[in-house]
Amino acid sequence: MIGRLLPIALFLALGLLLAAGLKIADHKTEIPSPLIGKPMPDFTLPVLGQEDLMISSEDLLGKPFLLNVWASWCPTCRYEHPVITGLAESGALRVIGLNYRDEAEDAQQWLQRFGDPYEFSLADLSGRTGIDFGVYAAPESFLIDAEGIIVFKQIGAVTEEVIRQEILPRIRQ
Amino acid sequence: MTNPSLFKNSSWLSAIILVVLAAVSQAQEPLVFTSPEQEARFNQLTTELRCLVCQNQNLADSDAPLAHDLRVEIYNMMMAGQDNEQIKSFLVNRYGDFVLYRPAMQGNTLALWLLPGILLGLGAVVLFFIIRSRNRRLANQQEQGSS
Repeated sequence: MIGRLLPIALFLALGLLLAAGLKIADHKTEIPSPLIGKPMPDFTLPVLGQEDLMISSEDLLGKPFLLNVWASWCPTCRYEHPVITGLAESGALRVIGLNYRDEAEDAQQWLQRFGDPYEFSLADLSGRTGIDFGVYAAPESFLIDAEGIIVFKQIGAVTEEVIRQEILPRIRQ
Repeated sequence: MTNPSLFKNSSWLSAIILVVLAAVSQAQEPLVFTSPEQEARFNQLTTELRCLVCQNQNLADSDAPLAHDLRVEIYNMMMAGQDNEQIKSFLVNRYGDFVLYRPAMQGNTLALWLLPGILLGLGAVVLFFIIRSRNRRLANQQEQGSS
Protein backbone atom coordinates (compact mmCIF):
# COMPACT_ATOMS: atom_id res chain seq x y z
CA MET A 1 0.00 0.00 0.00
CA ILE A 2 2.69 2.49 1.03
CA GLY A 3 4.73 1.41 -1.98
CA ARG A 4 1.86 2.47 -4.25
CA LEU A 5 1.14 5.77 -2.53
CA LEU A 6 4.77 6.88 -2.39
CA PRO A 7 5.14 7.73 -6.09
CA ILE A 8 1.87 9.69 -6.00
CA ALA A 9 2.98 11.58 -2.89
CA LEU A 10 6.34 12.34 -4.52
CA PHE A 11 4.58 13.53 -7.67
CA LEU A 12 2.34 15.84 -5.65
CA ALA A 13 5.33 17.20 -3.76
CA LEU A 14 7.11 17.95 -7.04
CA GLY A 15 3.97 19.61 -8.35
CA LEU A 16 3.82 21.86 -5.30
CA LEU A 17 7.48 22.76 -5.77
CA LEU A 18 6.78 23.72 -9.38
CA ALA A 19 3.76 25.82 -8.38
CA ALA A 20 5.83 27.64 -5.74
CA GLY A 21 8.62 28.19 -8.28
CA LEU A 22 6.22 29.62 -10.86
CA LYS A 23 4.78 31.99 -8.29
CA ILE A 24 8.26 33.28 -7.48
CA ALA A 25 9.14 33.47 -11.18
CA ASP A 26 6.24 35.89 -11.70
CA HIS A 27 8.16 38.52 -9.77
CA LYS A 28 11.60 37.35 -10.74
CA THR A 29 12.74 40.53 -12.44
CA GLU A 30 11.86 42.57 -9.36
CA ILE A 31 14.68 42.30 -6.89
CA PRO A 32 13.44 42.95 -3.35
CA SER A 33 15.42 45.83 -1.90
CA PRO A 34 17.41 45.16 1.26
CA LEU A 35 17.04 48.88 2.04
CA ILE A 36 13.37 48.70 3.10
CA GLY A 37 13.14 49.67 6.76
CA LYS A 38 16.60 51.23 6.71
CA PRO A 39 17.64 54.87 6.58
CA MET A 40 18.19 56.25 3.11
CA PRO A 41 21.87 56.42 2.13
CA ASP A 42 23.75 59.67 2.73
CA PHE A 43 24.26 61.85 -0.30
CA THR A 44 24.93 65.41 -1.32
CA LEU A 45 23.84 66.23 -4.85
CA PRO A 46 23.35 69.38 -6.93
CA VAL A 47 19.86 70.36 -7.98
CA LEU A 48 19.16 69.89 -11.69
CA GLY A 49 19.23 73.30 -13.38
CA GLN A 50 20.77 75.03 -10.32
CA GLU A 51 24.11 73.27 -10.19
CA ASP A 52 25.48 75.48 -7.40
CA LEU A 53 22.63 74.50 -5.06
CA MET A 54 23.60 71.36 -3.16
CA ILE A 55 21.04 69.26 -1.27
CA SER A 56 22.00 66.57 1.20
CA SER A 57 19.95 63.65 2.48
CA GLU A 58 19.65 65.41 5.86
CA ASP A 59 18.02 68.42 4.23
CA LEU A 60 15.12 66.19 3.19
CA LEU A 61 14.12 65.02 6.67
CA GLY A 62 10.94 66.22 8.37
CA LYS A 63 8.21 65.24 5.93
CA PRO A 64 7.63 62.03 4.00
CA PHE A 65 8.48 62.22 0.32
CA LEU A 66 8.57 60.13 -2.82
CA LEU A 67 11.98 59.98 -4.47
CA ASN A 68 11.25 59.21 -8.10
CA VAL A 69 14.26 57.96 -10.08
CA TRP A 70 13.90 59.14 -13.67
CA ALA A 71 15.93 59.83 -16.80
CA SER A 72 15.28 61.36 -20.19
CA TRP A 73 16.42 58.12 -21.88
CA CYS A 74 13.83 56.06 -20.01
CA PRO A 75 10.61 55.32 -21.93
CA THR A 76 8.75 53.97 -18.90
CA CYS A 77 9.45 57.28 -17.12
CA ARG A 78 7.38 59.00 -19.80
CA TYR A 79 4.68 56.41 -19.33
CA GLU A 80 4.46 57.04 -15.57
CA HIS A 81 4.95 60.80 -15.91
CA PRO A 82 1.22 61.72 -15.82
CA VAL A 83 0.74 59.58 -12.71
CA ILE A 84 3.69 61.20 -10.94
CA THR A 85 2.35 64.60 -12.01
CA GLY A 86 -1.09 63.76 -10.61
CA LEU A 87 0.42 62.64 -7.31
CA ALA A 88 2.51 65.81 -7.02
CA GLU A 89 -0.49 68.02 -7.85
CA SER A 90 -2.69 66.26 -5.30
CA GLY A 91 -0.34 67.58 -2.60
CA ALA A 92 -0.47 64.26 -0.73
CA LEU A 93 3.29 64.30 -0.26
CA ARG A 94 6.47 65.89 -1.56
CA VAL A 95 7.62 64.46 -4.87
CA ILE A 96 11.34 64.83 -5.50
CA GLY A 97 13.15 63.60 -8.60
CA LEU A 98 16.45 61.80 -8.81
CA ASN A 99 17.71 62.37 -12.32
CA TYR A 100 19.71 59.21 -12.83
CA ARG A 101 22.63 58.70 -15.24
CA ASP A 102 21.47 61.45 -17.54
CA GLU A 103 22.81 64.51 -19.36
CA ALA A 104 21.73 67.71 -17.62
CA GLU A 105 20.70 69.31 -20.92
CA ASP A 106 18.61 66.31 -22.06
CA ALA A 107 16.99 66.12 -18.64
CA GLN A 108 15.98 69.77 -18.65
CA GLN A 109 14.59 69.52 -22.17
CA TRP A 110 12.58 66.48 -21.11
CA LEU A 111 11.05 68.43 -18.21
CA GLN A 112 10.27 71.39 -20.47
CA ARG A 113 8.59 69.15 -22.99
CA PHE A 114 6.52 66.97 -20.67
CA GLY A 115 6.20 69.23 -17.62
CA ASP A 116 8.10 69.27 -14.35
CA PRO A 117 6.10 67.64 -11.52
CA TYR A 118 9.02 67.66 -9.08
CA GLU A 119 9.63 70.05 -6.23
CA PHE A 120 13.17 69.73 -7.60
CA SER A 121 15.30 67.02 -9.14
CA LEU A 122 18.62 65.93 -7.72
CA ALA A 123 21.21 65.50 -10.45
CA ASP A 124 22.88 62.12 -10.09
CA LEU A 125 24.58 62.29 -13.47
CA SER A 126 27.20 59.66 -12.63
CA GLY A 127 24.68 57.25 -11.09
CA ARG A 128 26.80 56.88 -7.95
CA THR A 129 23.97 57.82 -5.57
CA GLY A 130 21.77 55.45 -7.59
CA ILE A 131 24.13 52.62 -6.67
CA ASP A 132 23.79 53.51 -2.96
CA PHE A 133 20.02 53.33 -3.38
CA GLY A 134 20.32 49.98 -5.14
CA VAL A 135 18.84 51.40 -8.34
CA TYR A 136 19.22 49.02 -11.25
CA ALA A 137 16.72 50.41 -13.71
CA ALA A 138 14.61 53.51 -14.12
CA PRO A 139 11.97 54.28 -13.14
CA GLU A 140 12.18 53.33 -9.51
CA SER A 141 10.50 55.16 -6.65
CA PHE A 142 11.34 55.22 -2.96
CA LEU A 143 8.84 56.25 -0.32
CA ILE A 144 10.84 57.83 2.49
CA ASP A 145 9.24 58.79 5.78
CA ALA A 146 9.80 61.92 7.88
CA GLU A 147 12.68 60.25 9.74
CA GLY A 148 14.41 59.34 6.48
CA ILE A 149 13.56 55.63 6.60
CA ILE A 150 12.84 53.92 3.27
CA VAL A 151 9.40 52.37 3.81
CA PHE A 152 8.52 51.24 0.28
CA LYS A 153 10.16 50.81 -3.09
CA GLN A 154 8.37 50.62 -6.41
CA ILE A 155 10.37 49.05 -9.22
CA GLY A 156 9.02 50.13 -12.59
CA ALA A 157 6.23 52.59 -13.24
CA VAL A 158 4.16 54.03 -10.40
CA THR A 159 0.48 53.51 -11.24
CA GLU A 160 -2.74 54.84 -9.72
CA GLU A 161 -3.13 51.45 -8.09
CA VAL A 162 0.33 51.62 -6.51
CA ILE A 163 -0.46 55.10 -5.16
CA ARG A 164 -3.79 53.94 -3.71
CA GLN A 165 -2.65 50.62 -2.29
CA GLU A 166 0.99 51.12 -1.37
CA ILE A 167 1.90 54.79 -1.08
CA LEU A 168 -1.08 56.60 0.47
CA PRO A 169 -1.74 54.02 3.25
CA ARG A 170 1.90 54.29 4.32
CA ILE A 171 1.91 58.07 4.70
CA ARG A 172 -1.38 58.21 6.63
CA GLN A 173 -0.01 56.10 9.45
CA MET B 1 68.61 51.93 -42.14
CA THR B 2 66.64 53.53 -39.33
CA ASN B 3 67.43 56.96 -38.15
CA PRO B 4 68.57 56.56 -34.54
CA SER B 5 67.37 60.00 -33.41
CA LEU B 6 63.90 59.40 -34.88
CA PHE B 7 63.75 56.03 -33.14
CA LYS B 8 64.66 57.63 -29.86
CA ASN B 9 62.01 60.32 -30.28
CA SER B 10 59.24 57.91 -31.11
CA SER B 11 60.01 55.72 -28.10
CA TRP B 12 59.78 58.81 -25.92
CA LEU B 13 56.52 59.72 -27.56
CA SER B 14 55.01 56.30 -27.03
CA ALA B 15 56.12 56.34 -23.38
CA ILE B 16 54.32 59.66 -22.90
CA ILE B 17 51.22 58.37 -24.66
CA LEU B 18 51.21 55.30 -22.42
CA VAL B 19 51.44 57.40 -19.26
CA VAL B 20 48.62 59.67 -20.42
CA LEU B 21 46.46 56.67 -21.37
CA ALA B 22 47.08 55.04 -18.01
CA ALA B 23 46.02 58.23 -16.23
CA VAL B 24 42.91 58.65 -18.38
CA SER B 25 41.83 55.05 -17.93
CA GLN B 26 42.20 55.18 -14.16
CA ALA B 27 38.47 55.27 -13.56
CA GLN B 28 37.33 53.93 -16.92
CA GLU B 29 37.48 50.70 -18.78
CA PRO B 30 39.71 49.01 -19.80
CA LEU B 31 40.86 48.87 -16.22
CA VAL B 32 44.57 48.86 -15.51
CA PHE B 33 45.86 46.36 -12.97
CA THR B 34 49.19 46.45 -11.21
CA SER B 35 49.66 42.67 -11.20
CA PRO B 36 48.25 39.59 -12.96
CA GLU B 37 47.08 38.27 -9.57
CA GLN B 38 45.04 41.40 -9.06
CA GLU B 39 43.49 41.08 -12.50
CA ALA B 40 42.67 37.41 -11.87
CA ARG B 41 41.04 38.36 -8.57
CA PHE B 42 38.97 41.05 -10.30
CA ASN B 43 37.87 38.64 -13.03
CA GLN B 44 36.99 35.96 -10.50
CA LEU B 45 34.97 38.41 -8.42
CA THR B 46 33.02 39.91 -11.31
CA THR B 47 32.07 36.48 -12.70
CA GLU B 48 30.59 35.61 -9.29
CA LEU B 49 28.41 38.71 -9.22
CA ARG B 50 25.18 39.12 -11.11
CA CYS B 51 24.37 41.97 -13.42
CA LEU B 52 21.13 43.45 -12.06
CA VAL B 53 19.93 44.73 -15.43
CA CYS B 54 20.33 41.58 -17.53
CA GLN B 55 19.83 39.10 -14.78
CA ASN B 56 21.19 36.02 -16.46
CA GLN B 57 24.57 37.60 -17.05
CA ASN B 58 27.38 38.24 -14.63
CA LEU B 59 29.04 41.59 -14.11
CA ALA B 60 32.12 40.55 -16.09
CA ASP B 61 30.16 39.79 -19.26
CA SER B 62 27.48 42.45 -19.24
CA ASP B 63 27.49 45.54 -21.44
CA ALA B 64 24.81 47.28 -19.40
CA PRO B 65 25.79 50.77 -18.21
CA LEU B 66 25.13 49.80 -14.59
CA ALA B 67 27.42 46.77 -14.94
CA HIS B 68 30.13 49.12 -16.20
CA ASP B 69 29.59 51.43 -13.20
CA LEU B 70 29.72 48.51 -10.79
CA ARG B 71 32.91 47.13 -12.36
CA VAL B 72 34.55 50.53 -11.91
CA GLU B 73 33.22 50.68 -8.35
CA ILE B 74 34.63 47.21 -7.59
CA TYR B 75 37.94 48.18 -9.20
CA ASN B 76 38.16 51.31 -7.05
CA MET B 77 37.35 49.33 -3.90
CA MET B 78 40.07 46.81 -4.77
CA MET B 79 42.55 49.63 -5.32
CA ALA B 80 41.55 51.05 -1.93
CA GLY B 81 42.60 47.74 -0.39
CA GLN B 82 39.18 46.25 0.39
CA ASP B 83 38.92 42.47 0.46
CA ASN B 84 36.40 40.33 -1.46
CA GLU B 85 34.05 40.03 1.52
CA GLN B 86 33.89 43.81 1.94
CA ILE B 87 33.20 44.28 -1.76
CA LYS B 88 30.49 41.61 -1.78
CA SER B 89 28.78 43.00 1.29
CA PHE B 90 28.85 46.48 -0.31
CA LEU B 91 26.78 45.04 -3.16
CA VAL B 92 24.56 42.81 -1.00
CA ASN B 93 23.70 45.80 1.23
CA ARG B 94 22.41 47.66 -1.81
CA TYR B 95 21.04 44.97 -4.12
CA GLY B 96 20.38 42.01 -1.80
CA ASP B 97 21.63 38.41 -1.91
CA PHE B 98 20.46 38.23 -5.50
CA VAL B 99 23.75 39.75 -6.75
CA LEU B 100 25.65 36.70 -5.56
CA TYR B 101 25.74 33.89 -8.09
CA ARG B 102 26.96 31.63 -5.30
CA PRO B 103 24.45 32.25 -2.50
CA ALA B 104 25.79 32.37 1.04
CA MET B 105 24.91 29.48 3.37
CA GLN B 106 22.37 31.01 5.73
CA GLY B 107 18.87 30.41 7.09
CA ASN B 108 16.86 31.12 3.96
CA THR B 109 19.24 29.31 1.60
CA LEU B 110 19.69 26.19 3.73
CA ALA B 111 17.22 24.15 1.65
CA LEU B 112 19.10 25.16 -1.50
CA TRP B 113 22.37 23.84 -0.11
CA LEU B 114 21.15 20.74 1.74
CA LEU B 115 18.26 19.45 -0.40
CA PRO B 116 20.38 17.94 -3.21
CA GLY B 117 22.40 15.93 -0.67
CA ILE B 118 19.26 14.84 1.19
CA LEU B 119 17.53 13.75 -2.03
CA LEU B 120 20.63 11.85 -3.14
CA GLY B 121 20.77 10.07 0.24
CA LEU B 122 17.05 9.29 0.04
CA GLY B 123 17.52 7.82 -3.42
CA ALA B 124 20.40 5.66 -2.19
CA VAL B 125 18.26 4.32 0.70
CA VAL B 126 15.34 3.51 -1.64
CA LEU B 127 17.72 1.81 -4.08
CA PHE B 128 19.24 -0.21 -1.24
CA PHE B 129 15.83 -1.56 -0.14
CA ILE B 130 14.72 -2.33 -3.69
CA ILE B 131 17.91 -4.26 -4.41
CA ARG B 132 17.73 -6.11 -1.09
CA SER B 133 14.11 -7.22 -1.56
CA ARG B 134 14.86 -8.29 -5.14
CA ASN B 135 17.83 -10.33 -3.99
CA ARG B 136 15.72 -12.02 -1.31
CA ARG B 137 13.00 -12.86 -3.81
CA LEU B 138 15.55 -14.33 -6.19
CA ALA B 139 17.14 -16.32 -3.36
CA ASN B 140 13.69 -17.64 -2.34
CA GLN B 141 12.86 -18.65 -5.90
CA GLN B 142 16.19 -20.46 -6.22
CA GLU B 143 15.60 -22.27 -2.94
CA GLN B 144 12.11 -23.35 -4.05
CA GLY B 145 13.48 -24.37 -7.45
CA SER B 146 16.24 -26.53 -5.93
CA SER B 147 14.08 -28.17 -3.24
